[in-house]
Amino acid sequence: MIAVNNFDFEIPDGKLVGLLGPSGCGKSTTLNLICGLQKPTAGKIYFGDDDVTNLPPENRGVGLVFQNYALYPHLTVQQNIRFPLENLKGADKLSKEDMQKRVYEAAKLVQIEELMERKPSELSGGQQQRVAIARALVKMPRVLLLDEPLSNLDARLRLQTREEIRRIQKETKITTIFVTHDQDEAMSISDMIVVMKDGVVQQIGKPQEVYDNPVNLFVAKFLGTPPINVFEGSVQENMLYIGSEAVLAVKGAPDGPISVAIRPEGFILREDGPLHCSLGRLEVMGRDVSVVSSHPCCENTAFRSIINAENKVDLASETVGFALKPAKTFLFNRETGERIYFTSSESGRM
Amino acid sequence: MEKNNIKGWLYLIPAFLFLGVFMIYPLVDVFVYSFEEGYNSASQTFFGVGTYNYSYVLHDPYFLQAVKNTFILVIITVPLSTGLALLISVGLSSIKPLRELFQTIYFLPYVTNTLAVGLVFMILFKKTAYSDGLVNLLITAFGGKGVDFIGGPYWAKMFVLCFYTIWVVMPFKILILTSALASVNQVYYNAARVDGTSRFRIFRRITIPMISPMIFYLVITGFIGAFKAYSDAVALFGTDLNAAEMNTIVGYVYDMLYGDSGGYPSYASAAAIILFAIVLTITCINLLVSKKHVHY
Repeated sequence: MIAVNNFDFEIPDGKLVGLLGPSGCGKSTTLNLICGLQKPTAGKIYFGDDDVTNLPPENRGVGLVFQNYALYPHLTVQQNIRFPLENLKGADKLSKEDMQKRVYEAAKLVQIEELMERKPSELSGGQQQRVAIARALVKMPRVLLLDEPLSNLDARLRLQTREEIRRIQKETKITTIFVTHDQDEAMSISDMIVVMKDGVVQQIGKPQEVYDNPVNLFVAKFLGTPPINVFEGSVQENMLYIGSEAVLAVKGAPDGPISVAIRPEGFILREDGPLHCSLGRLEVMGRDVSVVSSHPCCENTAFRSIINAENKVDLASETVGFALKPAKTFLFNRETGERIYFTSSESGRM
Repeated sequence: MEKNNIKGWLYLIPAFLFLGVFMIYPLVDVFVYSFEEGYNSASQTFFGVGTYNYSYVLHDPYFLQAVKNTFILVIITVPLSTGLALLISVGLSSIKPLRELFQTIYFLPYVTNTLAVGLVFMILFKKTAYSDGLVNLLITAFGGKGVDFIGGPYWAKMFVLCFYTIWVVMPFKILILTSALASVNQVYYNAARVDGTSRFRIFRRITIPMISPMIFYLVITGFIGAFKAYSDAVALFGTDLNAAEMNTIVGYVYDMLYGDSGGYPSYASAAAIILFAIVLTITCINLLVSKKHVHY
């Protein structure tokens, strides 16, 4: 069985990289390959210029934070953090005082100094997470790996902790790779994201770039909340049709049926807009309004468009008209899901 | 709530009745007998009340021999059998092929009849006019001098008894420990591996603490079981254990009740109470020690 296939990718030094994909796409396997718990059947793994493919985990200089933290339940916080240091042998061996110093530095970094004598069972999820990070950092690894670091935390703590991870990474400047299935999480704190599907890397890039310029339908659908809206459409003579309505000029796109994906913010509310949809309801979110409407060509029964709250929507009307922003509209091959590029009249090649 | 309480007690009555009649009452009765001097079970009479029974038992050389035997047995077999069982369980957990087969083999002694096993040990160890026994054959083959393990010197007999006891109690311990080892979450081992922990250190610092409640359980029950040893000695040395110098405390109690020198329920009761006191003390010490070393 192939969990990860041809993962060919260079992770820039000192950056925070988010490995993103749905569950079972091989993210954790990739992480295990990097830290050495699993061996690749083919290919090499380099840290800097060192080939670490055949090195056991301890010689790679990796720190790994497990999804459920894997803190040793019978040891105190302090003993847990000290554990990796006690394994050091030969020239790396530390004196008791040095160990203590390093343990306290790590604890200070994640702000758990006052919890040192507690057992893991006496800590909250967020505190356990910090201890796990401290334990991974204490041996000063070259690469820090985080496996779904936020999945066991509640929503409020999640926001807080991801900022925390970002801060720790910035302070230590350790190359950090973290695995997540939550695109919000990855987008918000990563310098770079790697989107994976079925063990194959789909796209690598800065979060905003990947969001603005997805290479295929999978990436487009995977990133963004609310999710992108997919319509069945067709191109005829450089004109994009959804249903029978010509909605956008798409120069350079070949004629034929295609999938049209439009970001929620890609709709412009206009009474004389070319795309007519039946109006469902409004969801007011303060600054923005989310218009829930439906269209027979849409993949889902209802889709969301986010518009500025200053626009007035006539709820009495049964239909609503939209114009499309070309930069927020993506065309994909209906069979392969590959991106089809076009030039719009308003801006350059999209 | 009040009504429920009454109902609860009602449901408990059958259990309490049986426990009371067959456990609590005999326990109290034994305690009472142990202070009744010269109690005769046939006529239900006794001369007086006092501590003479205890004094007699404690001065009886057979009893002192039994206490010595029991303590040697306990001190040797409990740590050895637990340690060996742990080693074998770790071995079993780290092999993949044939694991089931080995588990079955190691469990076989548990389902084998004690006396049948005793017979096999006799064949292995006993020296008769016709045969030296298998073990002696091996010893002489390697240039040693044969010993009669069943009817010979004290240390040889004690060796066989300990060997036998360890062999009999191990399967259950292996069973418990292999399942305890299997229940340790693999993620801890992965974490330790990423940190470059040596195998020995993983075993000492992670595996042992993680399964310490089970080890503790085995040590406690092992101590109690070994203190109550009797049938093993009978299986090896026959019923006249006093003559063989191989009696145990429970054996002494039995002899006092039904043996050739028997018919002294008062002495038997006193010996039983002394055994109870010993077991209680040892268990309390175990509990105290465990507070520090067992991680739940």
